[in-house]
Amino acid sequence: MIEITKLSLCELIKNIKDKKISSYEITKAFVERSEKSKLLNSYITEDFKSALNKAKKFDEKPNYNLKLPGIPIAIKDLFCTFGVRTTAGSKILSNFIPSYESTVSKNMWNEGAILLGKLNCDEFAMGSSNETSFFGNVQNPISKNLVPGGSSGGSASALAANLTPATIGTDTGGSIRQPASFTGTVGLKPTYGSCSRYGIVAFASSLDQAGPMTKNVKDCALLHEVISSYDLKDSTSIDFKRKLYSKELSKNIKGKKIGIPKEYRVEGMPNEIEDLWSKGIEYVKGCGAEILEISLPYTNYALPTYYIVAPAEASSNLARYDGVKYGFRSEGKNLNDMYEKTRSEGFGNEVKRRIMIGTYVLSSGYYDAYYLKAQKIRRLIKNDFDQAYKKVDAILTPSTPSSAFKIGEKTNDPVSMYLNDIFTVPVNLAGLPAISIPAGLDKKGYPLGLQIIGKAFDEQSILNIAYAIEDNINFENNISDWWIK
Amino acid sequence: MTIDLKTIKHISKLSRISVDNEKAKKLEGDLNSIFKFIEKLNEIKTDNIEPLTSIAETTLRLRSDEIKSGNIRDKILQNSPKENKDYFVVPKVVE
Repeated sequence: MIEITKLSLCELIKNIKDKKISSYEITKAFVERSEKSKLLNSYITEDFKSALNKAKKFDEKPNYNLKLPGIPIAIKDLFCTFGVRTTAGSKILSNFIPSYESTVSKNMWNEGAILLGKLNCDEFAMGSSNETSFFGNVQNPISKNLVPGGSSGGSASALAANLTPATIGTDTGGSIRQPASFTGTVGLKPTYGSCSRYGIVAFASSLDQAGPMTKNVKDCALLHEVISSYDLKDSTSIDFKRKLYSKELSKNIKGKKIGIPKEYRVEGMPNEIEDLWSKGIEYVKGCGAEILEISLPYTNYALPTYYIVAPAEASSNLARYDGVKYGFRSEGKNLNDMYEKTRSEGFGNEVKRRIMIGTYVLSSGYYDAYYLKAQKIRRLIKNDFDQAYKKVDAILTPSTPSSAFKIGEKTNDPVSMYLNDIFTVPVNLAGLPAISIPAGLDKKGYPLGLQIIGKAFDEQSILNIAYAIEDNINFENNISDWWIK
Repeated sequence: MTIDLKTIKHISKLSRISVDNEKAKKLEGDLNSIFKFIEKLNEIKTDNIEPLTSIAETTLRLRSDEIKSGNIRDKILQNSPKENKDYFVVPKVVE
Protein backbone atom coordinates (compact mmCIF):
# COMPACT_ATOMS: atom_id res chain seq x y z
CA MET A 1 0.00 0.00 0.00
CA ILE A 2 1.56 3.30 -1.05
CA GLU A 3 1.31 6.26 1.27
CA ILE A 4 -0.17 8.77 -1.14
CA THR A 5 0.75 11.95 0.73
CA LYS A 6 4.42 11.00 0.82
CA LEU A 7 4.70 10.82 -2.96
CA SER A 8 6.27 13.62 -4.95
CA LEU A 9 4.29 15.64 -7.47
CA CYS A 10 5.82 13.76 -10.43
CA GLU A 11 5.18 10.38 -8.77
CA LEU A 12 1.53 11.29 -8.20
CA ILE A 13 1.16 12.35 -11.82
CA LYS A 14 2.68 9.07 -12.97
CA ASN A 15 0.32 7.07 -10.75
CA ILE A 16 -2.68 8.97 -12.10
CA LYS A 17 -1.57 8.52 -15.71
CA ASP A 18 -0.97 4.80 -15.10
CA LYS A 19 -4.49 4.67 -13.64
CA LYS A 20 -3.14 3.22 -10.40
CA ILE A 21 -4.71 5.92 -8.23
CA SER A 22 -7.63 8.22 -8.97
CA SER A 23 -7.66 11.97 -8.47
CA TYR A 24 -10.37 11.42 -5.85
CA GLU A 25 -8.18 9.03 -3.85
CA ILE A 26 -5.29 11.46 -3.94
CA THR A 27 -7.43 14.44 -3.01
CA LYS A 28 -9.09 12.50 -0.19
CA ALA A 29 -5.69 11.50 1.21
CA PHE A 30 -4.46 15.09 1.32
CA VAL A 31 -7.76 16.36 2.73
CA GLU A 32 -7.73 13.73 5.50
CA ARG A 33 -4.14 14.49 6.44
CA SER A 34 -4.83 18.23 6.39
CA GLU A 35 -7.87 17.66 8.66
CA LYS A 36 -5.60 15.91 11.16
CA SER A 37 -2.98 18.65 11.00
CA LYS A 38 -4.89 21.71 12.21
CA LEU A 39 -2.33 22.26 14.95
CA LEU A 40 0.15 23.44 12.32
CA ASN A 41 -2.25 26.27 11.33
CA SER A 42 -0.99 26.06 7.73
CA TYR A 43 -4.37 26.84 6.20
CA ILE A 44 -6.33 30.08 6.35
CA THR A 45 -9.20 28.86 4.17
CA GLU A 46 -9.94 25.23 3.34
CA ASP A 47 -11.72 24.36 0.13
CA PHE A 48 -11.88 20.60 0.73
CA LYS A 49 -15.49 19.87 -0.24
CA SER A 50 -15.16 21.60 -3.53
CA ALA A 51 -11.77 19.95 -4.13
CA LEU A 52 -13.29 16.47 -3.63
CA ASN A 53 -16.10 17.32 -6.05
CA LYS A 54 -13.66 18.55 -8.66
CA ALA A 55 -11.59 15.40 -8.24
CA LYS A 56 -14.68 13.23 -8.79
CA LYS A 57 -15.45 15.21 -11.93
CA PHE A 58 -11.90 14.78 -13.17
CA ASP A 59 -12.11 11.00 -12.69
CA GLU A 60 -15.38 10.83 -14.63
CA LYS A 61 -13.75 12.49 -17.63
CA PRO A 62 -10.00 12.34 -17.13
CA ASN A 63 -7.61 14.20 -19.42
CA TYR A 64 -4.17 12.66 -19.03
CA ASN A 65 -2.58 15.06 -21.51
CA LEU A 66 -2.58 17.80 -18.93
CA LYS A 67 0.57 18.53 -16.96
CA LEU A 68 -1.08 18.38 -13.52
CA PRO A 69 -3.94 15.93 -14.17
CA GLY A 70 -6.34 15.92 -11.21
CA ILE A 71 -3.62 16.95 -8.73
CA PRO A 72 -4.88 18.78 -5.61
CA ILE A 73 -2.72 21.75 -4.62
CA ALA A 74 -3.04 24.30 -1.81
CA ILE A 75 -1.61 27.77 -2.50
CA LYS A 76 -0.45 30.83 -0.59
CA ASP A 77 -3.32 33.11 0.36
CA LEU A 78 -1.81 35.99 -1.59
CA PHE A 79 -3.12 34.67 -4.91
CA CYS A 80 -6.64 35.83 -5.73
CA THR A 81 -8.93 32.88 -6.35
CA PHE A 82 -12.28 33.36 -8.05
CA GLY A 83 -15.08 32.96 -5.50
CA VAL A 84 -12.72 31.75 -2.75
CA ARG A 85 -11.81 34.12 0.08
CA THR A 86 -8.38 35.72 -0.30
CA THR A 87 -7.01 37.45 2.80
CA ALA A 88 -3.26 38.08 2.32
CA GLY A 89 -3.05 37.12 6.00
CA SER A 90 -4.68 40.43 6.94
CA LYS A 91 -7.73 41.49 8.92
CA ILE A 92 -8.36 44.20 6.35
CA LEU A 93 -9.05 41.54 3.67
CA SER A 94 -10.55 38.96 6.01
CA ASN A 95 -13.88 38.95 4.13
CA PHE A 96 -12.65 39.57 0.58
CA ILE A 97 -13.99 37.29 -2.18
CA PRO A 98 -12.22 37.96 -5.51
CA SER A 99 -14.23 38.20 -8.72
CA TYR A 100 -11.14 37.21 -10.72
CA GLU A 101 -8.37 34.62 -10.68
CA SER A 102 -4.61 35.25 -10.58
CA THR A 103 -2.89 34.26 -13.82
CA VAL A 104 -0.43 31.98 -12.05
CA SER A 105 -3.17 29.95 -10.31
CA LYS A 106 -5.29 29.95 -13.48
CA ASN A 107 -2.32 28.41 -15.35
CA MET A 108 -2.34 25.60 -12.78
CA TRP A 109 -6.09 24.94 -13.00
CA ASN A 110 -5.85 24.99 -16.82
CA GLU A 111 -3.34 22.14 -16.56
CA GLY A 112 -5.74 20.08 -14.44
CA ALA A 113 -4.73 21.00 -10.87
CA ILE A 114 -7.43 21.34 -8.20
CA LEU A 115 -7.46 23.99 -5.44
CA LEU A 116 -7.24 22.41 -1.97
CA GLY A 117 -7.22 25.63 0.00
CA LYS A 118 -5.44 28.87 0.83
CA LEU A 119 -2.32 28.79 2.95
CA ASN A 120 -1.24 31.03 5.79
CA CYS A 121 1.37 33.74 5.25
CA ASP A 122 2.76 36.84 6.88
CA GLU A 123 0.38 39.79 6.56
CA PHE A 124 0.75 41.15 3.01
CA ALA A 125 3.85 38.92 2.77
CA MET A 126 5.70 41.21 5.21
CA GLY A 127 7.67 38.98 7.52
CA SER A 128 10.26 36.23 7.75
CA SER A 129 8.60 33.92 10.26
CA ASN A 130 4.86 33.85 9.51
CA GLU A 131 4.28 35.53 12.88
CA THR A 132 2.69 38.69 11.43
CA SER A 133 -0.37 36.84 10.04
CA PHE A 134 -3.74 38.00 11.42
CA PHE A 135 -4.67 34.30 11.40
CA GLY A 136 -1.96 33.29 13.85
CA ASN A 137 1.51 31.86 13.51
CA VAL A 138 2.30 28.61 11.74
CA GLN A 139 4.19 25.65 13.17
CA ASN A 140 7.17 24.21 11.35
CA PRO A 141 6.57 20.44 11.08
CA ILE A 142 10.28 19.91 11.78
CA SER A 143 9.83 20.66 15.49
CA LYS A 144 7.26 22.12 17.87
CA ASN A 145 7.26 25.92 18.34
CA LEU A 146 9.71 26.43 15.51
CA VAL A 147 8.88 29.05 12.83
CA PRO A 148 8.46 27.76 9.27
CA GLY A 149 10.03 30.95 7.91
CA GLY A 150 8.14 33.53 5.93
CA SER A 151 6.39 35.03 4.34
CA SER A 152 5.30 31.84 2.52
CA GLY A 153 5.32 30.01 5.89
CA GLY A 154 1.98 28.23 5.53
CA SER A 155 3.04 27.00 2.10
CA ALA A 156 6.36 25.65 3.39
CA SER A 157 4.74 24.07 6.44
CA ALA A 158 1.95 22.40 4.45
CA LEU A 159 4.42 21.08 1.89
CA ALA A 160 6.92 19.70 4.41
CA ALA A 161 4.07 18.12 6.42
CA ASN A 162 2.68 16.43 3.29
CA LEU A 163 -0.62 18.37 3.37
CA THR A 164 -0.14 19.32 -0.30
CA PRO A 165 2.09 17.66 -2.92
CA ALA A 166 3.45 21.03 -4.09
CA THR A 167 2.55 24.67 -3.65
CA ILE A 168 3.21 28.17 -4.86
CA GLY A 169 4.47 31.12 -2.89
CA THR A 170 5.66 34.63 -3.59
CA ASP A 171 9.12 36.06 -3.02
CA THR A 172 9.78 39.77 -2.53
CA GLY A 173 12.98 39.50 -0.47
CA GLY A 174 13.31 35.78 0.18
CA SER A 175 9.75 34.73 1.02
CA ILE A 176 9.97 31.49 -0.99
CA ARG A 177 13.63 30.56 -0.49
CA GLN A 178 13.95 31.23 3.26
CA PRO A 179 10.88 29.14 4.29
CA ALA A 180 11.96 26.42 1.84
CA SER A 181 15.35 26.40 3.57
CA PHE A 182 13.75 26.29 7.05
CA THR A 183 11.54 23.31 6.17
CA GLY A 184 13.84 21.18 4.03
CA THR A 185 11.97 21.83 0.78
CA VAL A 186 12.80 23.26 -2.64
CA GLY A 187 11.79 26.83 -3.56
CA LEU A 188 12.37 28.80 -6.75
CA LYS A 189 12.19 32.56 -7.12
CA PRO A 190 11.95 33.11 -10.88
CA THR A 191 13.36 36.00 -12.92
CA TYR A 192 11.34 39.20 -12.52
CA GLY A 193 8.77 39.17 -15.33
CA SER A 194 8.71 35.39 -15.74
CA CYS A 195 5.51 34.75 -13.76
CA SER A 196 2.61 37.14 -14.06
CA ARG A 197 1.82 39.33 -11.05
CA TYR A 198 -1.81 39.72 -12.16
CA GLY A 199 -4.16 38.83 -9.32
CA ILE A 200 -1.45 38.60 -6.68
CA VAL A 201 -2.02 40.93 -3.72
CA ALA A 202 0.75 43.49 -4.26
CA PHE A 203 3.49 44.15 -1.73
CA ALA A 204 6.45 45.73 -3.59
CA SER A 205 5.72 45.66 -7.30
CA SER A 206 9.30 45.95 -8.60
CA LEU A 207 10.39 42.99 -6.44
CA ASP A 208 7.40 40.59 -6.17
CA GLN A 209 7.59 37.29 -8.05
CA ALA A 210 5.53 34.11 -7.68
CA GLY A 211 7.29 30.76 -7.75
CA PRO A 212 7.00 27.03 -7.06
CA MET A 213 7.73 25.26 -3.76
CA THR A 214 8.12 21.50 -4.03
CA LYS A 215 9.60 18.36 -2.49
CA ASN A 216 12.31 17.98 -5.11
CA VAL A 217 13.95 19.73 -8.06
CA LYS A 218 12.13 17.76 -10.77
CA ASP A 219 8.75 18.78 -9.33
CA CYS A 220 10.00 22.34 -9.16
CA ALA A 221 10.96 22.38 -12.85
CA LEU A 222 7.55 21.02 -13.82
CA LEU A 223 5.53 23.44 -11.69
CA HIS A 224 7.60 26.37 -12.91
CA GLU A 225 6.95 25.31 -16.48
CA VAL A 226 3.21 25.44 -15.72
CA ILE A 227 3.04 28.79 -13.94
CA SER A 228 5.48 30.87 -16.00
CA SER A 229 3.77 32.66 -18.89
CA TYR A 230 3.72 35.92 -20.79
CA ASP A 231 0.64 37.84 -19.66
CA LEU A 232 -0.82 40.99 -21.16
CA LYS A 233 -2.58 41.67 -17.87
CA ASP A 234 0.75 42.38 -16.17
CA SER A 235 2.57 45.31 -17.76
CA THR A 236 5.93 44.04 -16.46
CA SER A 237 5.45 40.49 -17.75
CA ILE A 238 8.28 39.72 -20.15
CA ASP A 239 7.85 38.04 -23.52
CA PHE A 240 10.75 35.58 -23.82
CA LYS A 241 10.98 32.00 -24.99
CA ARG A 242 10.09 29.87 -21.99
CA LYS A 243 11.65 26.41 -21.94
CA LEU A 244 10.09 23.07 -21.12
CA TYR A 245 12.10 23.16 -17.90
CA SER A 246 11.18 19.64 -16.76
CA LYS A 247 11.96 18.11 -20.15
CA GLU A 248 15.33 19.81 -20.39
CA LEU A 249 16.26 19.05 -16.80
CA SER A 250 19.71 17.46 -16.72
CA LYS A 251 22.30 16.54 -14.11
CA ASN A 252 25.06 17.22 -16.57
CA ILE A 253 26.70 20.45 -15.41
CA LYS A 254 30.15 19.69 -16.79
CA GLY A 255 32.06 22.83 -17.67
CA LYS A 256 29.59 25.16 -15.95
CA LYS A 257 31.34 28.02 -14.19
CA ILE A 258 30.06 28.59 -10.69
CA GLY A 259 30.97 31.68 -8.66
CA ILE A 260 31.51 31.80 -4.91
CA PRO A 261 31.03 35.37 -3.64
CA LYS A 262 33.46 36.18 -0.85
CA GLU A 263 31.11 38.82 0.63
CA TYR A 264 28.65 36.08 1.61
CA ARG A 265 31.03 34.84 4.31
CA VAL A 266 29.39 36.98 6.98
CA GLU A 267 30.50 37.37 10.54
CA GLY A 268 28.77 35.17 13.08
CA MET A 269 27.54 32.65 10.54
CA PRO A 270 27.43 29.19 12.16
CA ASN A 271 30.25 26.80 11.17
CA GLU A 272 27.66 24.29 10.09
CA ILE A 273 26.57 26.61 7.31
CA GLU A 274 30.17 27.26 6.25
CA ASP A 275 30.72 23.49 6.14
CA LEU A 276 27.57 22.90 4.16
CA TRP A 277 28.60 25.54 1.67
CA SER A 278 32.01 23.88 1.26
CA LYS A 279 30.27 20.56 0.76
CA GLY A 280 28.10 22.10 -1.95
CA ILE A 281 31.22 23.44 -3.65
CA GLU A 282 32.79 19.96 -3.56
CA TYR A 283 29.64 18.40 -5.03
CA VAL A 284 29.48 20.70 -8.04
CA LYS A 285 33.22 20.31 -8.56
CA GLY A 286 32.72 16.54 -8.50
CA CYS A 287 30.10 16.96 -11.23
CA GLY A 288 32.67 18.65 -13.45
CA ALA A 289 31.77 22.27 -12.81
CA GLU A 290 34.47 24.88 -12.42
CA ILE A 291 34.59 26.97 -9.23
CA LEU A 292 35.61 30.63 -9.34
CA GLU A 293 35.97 33.08 -6.48
CA ILE A 294 33.97 36.22 -7.31
CA SER A 295 33.21 39.53 -5.63
CA LEU A 296 29.86 41.26 -5.19
CA PRO A 297 31.17 44.36 -3.38
CA TYR A 298 27.81 46.02 -2.65
CA THR A 299 26.27 42.97 -0.94
CA ASN A 300 26.28 44.63 2.48
CA TYR A 301 24.17 47.50 1.18
CA ALA A 302 21.41 45.27 -0.20
CA LEU A 303 19.35 44.97 2.98
CA PRO A 304 19.28 48.69 3.84
CA THR A 305 18.42 49.39 0.19
CA TYR A 306 15.63 46.83 0.32
CA TYR A 307 14.23 48.39 3.51
CA ILE A 308 13.73 51.65 1.64
CA VAL A 309 12.54 50.35 -1.73
CA ALA A 310 10.13 47.68 -0.45
CA PRO A 311 8.32 49.82 2.17
CA ALA A 312 8.12 52.74 -0.28
CA GLU A 313 6.36 50.59 -2.86
CA ALA A 314 4.26 48.95 -0.14
CA SER A 315 3.04 52.27 1.26
CA SER A 316 1.84 53.19 -2.20
CA ASN A 317 0.30 49.76 -2.98
CA LEU A 318 -1.48 49.58 0.36
CA ALA A 319 -3.02 53.04 0.03
CA ARG A 320 -5.96 51.29 -1.67
CA TYR A 321 -7.15 49.73 1.61
CA ASP A 322 -9.46 52.47 2.81
CA GLY A 323 -12.61 50.58 3.82
CA VAL A 324 -14.69 52.00 0.96
CA LYS A 325 -15.15 49.39 -1.76
CA TYR A 326 -14.05 46.12 -0.15
CA GLY A 327 -12.48 44.66 2.94
CA PHE A 328 -12.80 45.59 6.57
CA ARG A 329 -14.27 48.95 7.58
CA SER A 330 -14.34 50.71 10.92
CA GLU A 331 -17.02 53.42 10.99
CA GLY A 332 -15.90 56.99 11.74
CA LYS A 333 -17.50 60.35 12.28
CA ASN A 334 -16.33 61.58 8.88
CA LEU A 335 -14.50 60.19 5.84
CA ASN A 336 -10.98 60.86 7.13
CA ASP A 337 -11.82 59.44 10.51
CA MET A 338 -13.15 56.30 8.81
CA TYR A 339 -9.96 55.92 6.76
CA GLU A 340 -7.73 56.30 9.81
CA LYS A 341 -9.74 53.94 12.00
CA THR A 342 -10.10 51.35 9.24
CA ARG A 343 -6.37 51.32 8.51
CA SER A 344 -5.22 51.43 12.10
CA GLU A 345 -7.54 48.57 13.14
CA GLY A 346 -7.27 46.62 9.88
CA PHE A 347 -3.48 46.44 9.57
CA GLY A 348 -1.13 44.66 11.97
CA ASN A 349 1.96 46.21 13.55
CA GLU A 350 4.58 45.12 11.00
CA VAL A 351 2.48 46.32 8.07
CA LYS A 352 1.85 49.67 9.76
CA ARG A 353 5.54 50.00 10.50
CA ARG A 354 6.45 49.42 6.86
CA ILE A 355 3.74 51.73 5.53
CA MET A 356 5.10 54.43 7.81
CA ILE A 357 8.74 53.85 6.76
CA GLY A 358 7.62 53.99 3.13
CA THR A 359 5.55 57.11 3.65
CA TYR A 360 8.49 58.79 5.35
CA VAL A 361 11.11 57.97 2.69
CA LEU A 362 8.75 59.19 -0.03
CA SER A 363 7.68 62.32 1.82
CA SER A 364 8.66 65.80 0.76
CA GLY A 365 12.21 66.65 1.81
CA TYR A 366 13.31 63.03 2.27
CA TYR A 367 12.68 61.55 -1.16
CA ASP A 368 16.16 62.34 -2.53
CA ALA A 369 18.02 61.38 0.62
CA TYR A 370 16.35 58.00 0.95
CA TYR A 371 14.30 56.73 -1.97
CA LEU A 372 16.40 58.12 -4.81
CA LYS A 373 19.60 57.15 -3.03
CA ALA A 374 18.31 53.60 -2.60
CA GLN A 375 17.40 53.35 -6.28
CA LYS A 376 20.93 54.42 -7.19
CA ILE A 377 22.45 51.80 -4.92
CA ARG A 378 20.06 49.26 -6.35
CA ARG A 379 21.75 49.97 -9.70
CA LEU A 380 25.17 49.29 -8.13
CA ILE A 381 23.93 46.00 -6.70
CA LYS A 382 22.61 44.96 -10.10
CA ASN A 383 25.93 46.00 -11.71
CA ASP A 384 27.74 43.70 -9.27
CA PHE A 385 25.84 40.73 -10.67
CA ASP A 386 26.25 41.91 -14.29
CA GLN A 387 30.02 42.01 -13.76
CA ALA A 388 30.07 38.58 -12.10
CA TYR A 389 28.06 37.02 -14.91
CA LYS A 390 30.74 37.98 -17.41
CA LYS A 391 32.83 35.29 -15.73
CA VAL A 392 30.38 32.72 -14.32
CA ASP A 393 27.13 30.96 -15.24
CA ALA A 394 25.69 30.79 -11.74
CA ILE A 395 26.49 31.65 -8.12
CA LEU A 396 26.38 29.28 -5.15
CA THR A 397 25.67 30.60 -1.62
CA PRO A 398 23.92 29.48 1.57
CA SER A 399 20.17 30.31 1.53
CA THR A 400 20.03 31.78 5.03
CA PRO A 401 22.54 32.79 7.74
CA SER A 402 20.89 30.41 10.27
CA SER A 403 18.45 27.52 10.54
CA ALA A 404 14.85 28.01 11.71
CA PHE A 405 14.39 29.81 15.03
CA LYS A 406 11.82 29.52 17.81
CA ILE A 407 8.44 31.24 17.64
CA GLY A 408 8.72 34.59 19.46
CA GLU A 409 12.52 34.63 19.39
CA LYS A 410 12.90 37.62 17.07
CA THR A 411 9.53 39.39 17.17
CA ASN A 412 10.74 42.27 19.36
CA ASP A 413 13.70 43.25 17.24
CA PRO A 414 12.71 44.14 13.65
CA VAL A 415 16.32 44.54 12.46
CA SER A 416 17.41 41.07 13.65
CA MET A 417 14.35 39.66 11.86
CA TYR A 418 15.30 41.53 8.68
CA LEU A 419 18.85 40.06 8.80
CA ASN A 420 17.36 36.66 7.93
CA ASP A 421 17.08 37.78 4.34
CA ILE A 422 20.67 38.89 3.91
CA PHE A 423 21.47 36.27 1.23
CA THR A 424 18.13 36.36 -0.55
CA VAL A 425 17.37 40.10 -0.87
CA PRO A 426 20.14 41.02 -3.40
CA VAL A 427 18.55 38.61 -5.90
CA ASN A 428 15.20 40.43 -5.80
CA LEU A 429 16.85 43.83 -6.14
CA ALA A 430 18.63 42.58 -9.28
CA GLY A 431 15.54 40.74 -10.63
CA LEU A 432 17.40 37.43 -10.95
CA PRO A 433 16.23 33.83 -10.57
CA ALA A 434 17.43 31.78 -7.57
CA ILE A 435 16.59 28.40 -6.10
CA SER A 436 16.98 27.10 -2.56
CA ILE A 437 17.47 23.38 -2.08
CA PRO A 438 17.78 21.43 1.17
CA ALA A 439 21.39 20.40 1.68
CA GLY A 440 21.74 19.11 5.21
CA LEU A 441 20.65 19.20 8.84
CA ASP A 442 22.32 21.16 11.63
CA LYS A 443 23.11 19.57 15.01
CA LYS A 444 19.59 20.30 16.22
CA GLY A 445 18.23 18.37 13.25
CA TYR A 446 16.92 21.50 11.51
CA PRO A 447 17.29 21.76 7.72
CA LEU A 448 19.75 24.09 6.02
CA GLY A 449 19.57 25.20 2.40
CA LEU A 450 21.91 26.14 -0.40
CA GLN A 451 21.00 28.85 -2.89
CA ILE A 452 21.93 28.90 -6.57
CA ILE A 453 21.53 32.26 -8.26
CA GLY A 454 21.28 32.40 -12.05
CA LYS A 455 21.45 34.85 -14.91
CA ALA A 456 18.17 36.55 -15.79
CA PHE A 457 15.90 34.13 -17.73
CA ASP A 458 18.28 31.23 -17.16
CA GLU A 459 16.17 29.19 -14.74
CA GLN A 460 17.23 26.06 -16.62
CA SER A 461 20.87 26.31 -15.53
CA ILE A 462 20.09 26.75 -11.84
CA LEU A 463 17.51 23.96 -11.96
CA ASN A 464 20.15 21.69 -13.53
CA ILE A 465 22.80 22.60 -10.96
CA ALA A 466 20.25 22.07 -8.17
CA TYR A 467 19.32 18.72 -9.71
CA ALA A 468 22.98 17.63 -9.73
CA ILE A 469 23.55 18.74 -6.10
CA GLU A 470 20.31 17.06 -4.98
CA ASP A 471 21.44 13.81 -6.54
CA ASN A 472 24.71 13.94 -4.56
CA ILE A 473 23.25 15.01 -1.25
CA ASN A 474 20.37 12.56 -0.82
CA PHE A 475 18.77 14.88 1.73
CA GLU A 476 16.06 13.44 3.91
CA ASN A 477 13.81 15.42 6.22
CA ASN A 478 13.38 14.04 9.69
CA ILE A 479 9.71 14.64 10.47
CA SER A 480 7.92 12.69 13.20
CA ASP A 481 4.27 13.77 12.75
CA TRP A 482 4.36 15.13 16.32
CA TRP A 483 1.30 17.30 15.67
CA ILE A 484 -1.00 14.36 14.89
CA LYS A 485 -2.63 12.96 18.02
CA MET B 1 19.15 61.66 11.89
CA THR B 2 16.53 60.68 14.43
CA ILE B 3 12.79 60.47 14.12
CA ASP B 4 10.92 62.22 16.93
CA LEU B 5 7.33 61.95 18.10
CA LYS B 6 6.31 64.98 16.06
CA THR B 7 7.56 63.29 12.87
CA ILE B 8 5.76 60.07 13.82
CA LYS B 9 2.52 62.01 14.18
CA HIS B 10 3.14 63.65 10.81
CA ILE B 11 3.77 60.31 9.02
CA SER B 12 0.78 58.86 10.79
CA LYS B 13 -1.39 61.58 9.34
CA LEU B 14 0.08 61.23 5.84
CA SER B 15 -0.48 57.48 5.85
CA ARG B 16 -3.97 57.72 7.39
CA ILE B 17 -3.07 55.41 10.23
CA SER B 18 -3.96 56.79 13.63
CA VAL B 19 -1.53 56.00 16.45
CA ASP B 20 -2.06 56.76 20.12
CA ASN B 21 0.78 58.12 22.25
CA GLU B 22 1.81 54.76 23.63
CA LYS B 23 2.02 53.22 20.15
CA ALA B 24 3.85 56.28 18.86
CA LYS B 25 6.55 55.82 21.52
CA LYS B 26 7.04 52.18 20.53
CA LEU B 27 7.15 53.16 16.85
CA GLU B 28 9.71 55.85 17.60
CA GLY B 29 12.08 53.21 18.98
CA ASP B 30 11.45 50.75 16.14
CA LEU B 31 11.77 53.28 13.35
CA ASN B 32 14.94 54.76 14.78
CA SER B 33 16.62 51.37 14.98
CA ILE B 34 15.55 50.66 11.40
CA PHE B 35 16.78 54.04 10.16
CA LYS B 36 20.06 53.61 11.97
CA PHE B 37 20.48 50.43 9.96
CA ILE B 38 19.53 52.25 6.74
CA GLU B 39 22.03 55.08 7.39
CA LYS B 40 24.73 52.69 6.18
CA LEU B 41 23.86 53.77 2.66
CA ASN B 42 25.43 57.17 3.31
CA GLU B 43 28.84 55.50 3.09
CA ILE B 44 28.42 55.37 -0.69
CA LYS B 45 28.79 58.35 -2.99
CA THR B 46 26.06 58.14 -5.61
CA ASP B 47 26.29 61.49 -7.42
CA ASN B 48 26.71 60.22 -10.95
CA ILE B 49 24.71 57.04 -10.74
CA GLU B 50 21.51 56.59 -12.66
CA PRO B 51 18.68 55.41 -10.37
CA LEU B 52 17.26 51.98 -11.20
CA THR B 53 13.53 52.59 -11.44
CA SER B 54 12.43 49.37 -13.07
CA ILE B 55 14.22 46.08 -13.25
CA ALA B 56 12.64 45.03 -16.52
CA GLU B 57 13.63 48.30 -18.24
CA THR B 58 11.33 47.73 -21.17
CA THR B 59 9.00 50.30 -22.65
CA LEU B 60 5.41 49.80 -21.69
CA ARG B 61 3.16 48.21 -24.29
CA LEU B 62 0.16 49.97 -25.70
CA ARG B 63 -3.16 48.18 -25.82
CA SER B 64 -6.54 49.03 -27.21
CA ASP B 65 -8.99 50.45 -24.72
CA GLU B 66 -11.61 47.71 -24.68
CA ILE B 67 -13.79 46.20 -22.02
CA LYS B 68 -12.75 42.57 -21.62
CA SER B 69 -14.54 41.49 -18.47
CA GLY B 70 -17.92 43.05 -17.97
CA ASN B 71 -21.07 42.23 -16.00
CA ILE B 72 -19.38 41.79 -12.65
CA ARG B 73 -21.03 44.76 -10.94
CA ASP B 74 -22.93 42.62 -8.46
CA LYS B 75 -19.86 40.58 -7.59
CA ILE B 76 -17.89 43.77 -6.97
CA LEU B 77 -20.64 45.25 -4.82
CA GLN B 78 -20.85 42.06 -2.77
CA ASN B 79 -17.43 42.88 -1.35
CA SER B 80 -18.45 46.35 -0.30
CA PRO B 81 -18.45 46.80 3.50
CA LYS B 82 -21.69 48.76 3.39
CA GLU B 83 -24.04 48.09 0.53
CA ASN B 84 -26.81 50.24 -0.81
CA LYS B 85 -28.04 48.72 -4.09
CA ASP B 86 -25.92 50.33 -6.78
CA TYR B 87 -23.57 52.46 -4.72
CA PHE B 88 -20.68 52.34 -2.31
CA VAL B 89 -21.69 54.08 0.88
CA VAL B 90 -19.33 56.40 2.79
CA PRO B 91 -19.84 58.89 5.63
CA LYS B 92 -21.42 62.15 4.48
CA VAL B 93 -18.82 64.33 2.73
CA VAL B 94 -20.93 67.28 1.50
CA GLU B 95 -23.20 69.21 3.83
